[in-house]
Amino acid sequence: MLSDKDRIFTNLYGIHDPFLAGARARGDWDGTAAILARGREAIVEEMKASGLRGRGGAGFPTGLKWSFMPKESDGRPCYLAVNADESEPGTCKDRDIIRHDPHKLVEGCLVAGFAMGAHAAYIYIRGEFYNEALNLQRAIDEAYEAGLIGPDACGSGWAFDVFLHRGAGAYICGEETALLESLEGKKGMPRLKPPFPAAVGLYGCPTTVNNVESIAVAPTILRRGAAWFSALGRPKNSGTKLFCISGHVNKPCNVEEELGIPLRELIDTYAGGVRGGWDNLLAVIPGGASVPVIPKSICDTVLMDFDSLREVRSGLGTAAVIVMDKSTDIIKAIARLSQFYKHESCGQCTPCREGTGWMMRVMNRMVEGRAEPEEIDTLDQVTRQVEGHTICALGDAAAWPIQGLIRHFRPVMEERIAAYKARRGAPKPTMPMAAE
Amino acid sequence: MSAPETADTHAEPDSFVFDEQSEALIPKIIAKYPAGRQASAVLPLLDLAQRQMKRATGSAWVPRVAMDTIAARLGMAPIRVYEVATFYLMFNTRPVGKWHLQLCTTTPCWLRGSDEVVATCRRITGIKGWGETSEDGQFTMTEVECVGACVNAPILQVNDDFYEDMDAAKTEALLEALKRNEPPKPGSMAGRQTSAPEGGPTTLTTLHLAPES
Repeated sequence: MLSDKDRIFTNLYGIHDPFLAGARARGDWDGTAAILARGREAIVEEMKASGLRGRGGAGFPTGLKWSFMPKESDGRPCYLAVNADESEPGTCKDRDIIRHDPHKLVEGCLVAGFAMGAHAAYIYIRGEFYNEALNLQRAIDEAYEAGLIGPDACGSGWAFDVFLHRGAGAYICGEETALLESLEGKKGMPRLKPPFPAAVGLYGCPTTVNNVESIAVAPTILRRGAAWFSALGRPKNSGTKLFCISGHVNKPCNVEEELGIPLRELIDTYAGGVRGGWDNLLAVIPGGASVPVIPKSICDTVLMDFDSLREVRSGLGTAAVIVMDKSTDIIKAIARLSQFYKHESCGQCTPCREGTGWMMRVMNRMVEGRAEPEEIDTLDQVTRQVEGHTICALGDAAAWPIQGLIRHFRPVMEERIAAYKARRGAPKPTMPMAAE
Repeated sequence: MSAPETADTHAEPDSFVFDEQSEALIPKIIAKYPAGRQASAVLPLLDLAQRQMKRATGSAWVPRVAMDTIAARLGMAPIRVYEVATFYLMFNTRPVGKWHLQLCTTTPCWLRGSDEVVATCRRITGIKGWGETSEDGQFTMTEVECVGACVNAPILQVNDDFYEDMDAAKTEALLEALKRNEPPKPGSMAGRQTSAPEGGPTTLTTLHLAPES
């Protein structure tokens, strides 16, 4: 169990002052100039050595990502874009960083921006986080006034600006290239890669997009050292992580723990256990809506880190743990996610635009049981025709929850269909399935 | 993506001019972006127009003429502003009630009882369909996707504020308070400390670093 002294987000619950005086008391902005004085290369190497993997869902090594930025400028400016468009269902960790520990993020912008040769950071925050944005803007203003950022950030001689940009309600803008499009004042439609943002990003300039949590932990890692961070967690899954535990638990909450904590321990220790006890557990979505659901038999023993969850064909994602007890209509729970993806598809790629609607309509029939058993296979096949055939990962994210449902809960779907037939007779198709 | 699904019969105003309060903010907003990249300010300016409409008329929405004004101000083709305004869910392209009830019904909220929050809102406001406004113009009900506060589910967002840990009784009390024009302090309606577990934090209890706010 992680001890408080190894927790990074010491004002997670907003009990203390979130602003500059409180932040300084918690150790933020301590020796930032000395960190910058180590130089770009040393900072990137330290981040690589820490083993930090991106906290936004994909788990790409953060230090490595920073190293992709050009070492020598070709005349174009470089940008850091911080992804604060937190919208993955189940996820509400960045919100707590932004409203309760905003200086960790602002300081992180400076050290990360410096390490990638950027003089400006844009923080793209989802529009619904209005009050959170007010807190963050206040922290940015304080940092300017105190000379921590601005023309001579922390007295380092490095000019650094931090700009806050509010989104306006579009999940897709959490995809890094859609985020850049949106920042440029366009619809949030993802770009084809390559070119990758590190070569051609915001305004056609080299850009790195990082999640809020990845940036906010960087100053603490650089102060306490890569060895401290990498000693926490498990090999290749190092450090601490904010977990969001929602759904059918006695005490839903956010908590910072080590990666690799057993799922059961996480739920029992921090969230007051599953409603009705562990044996009342049906399934868990362990990493936000996009990752496949896992049944209780896997939850009994699985560890909460990137590689352990991948081994059971799910994922850590954003570490948003959605717990469902045995009272849950699991088909309906997943069908609601299909509705989510249908709503949030940007409409650019045909497999996603058409596929998300089709999958939602068939899933809604599955909730009723108004289907033939063979249609489960058809549904599974269609998810595989969407997956991997779109510009961005939204198509994959729409496919995976359904695949997880079919993999683990097919008998429940078949029972539902049989029950419908017993009640109403064989369903009469209202339209050909392909046209649904 | 977010086009309204119900019949749209509202009246559009003939003109829109940014007021003094908005004008004071516009240069600061545009200055955030590099020279020549002022199109980046389209989201903030649409938001500004919507807030100005709220101040002026009591309804937070963006009329067509406001989009035209923004297009002219930012040197964009009007269609580019229209497509942005209709792509992003938070811009209301027709009037909404004084209290815009944005109900999250995505799985984490649904698991915690968003159905009863929705039913209570319908019962008290008399609103039947999504996107509709009550006859007295007080309330509009919009179904929204995950608002990102899932450990405090279910969430009812009213205008800019999140009301968390809702249930039927709390929803009823909230709506009655709104009718009296007495919006309660946002946050957990169950009285817990933000995202900490009910009963108080079980971590971060051994640190004494910061002065109490």
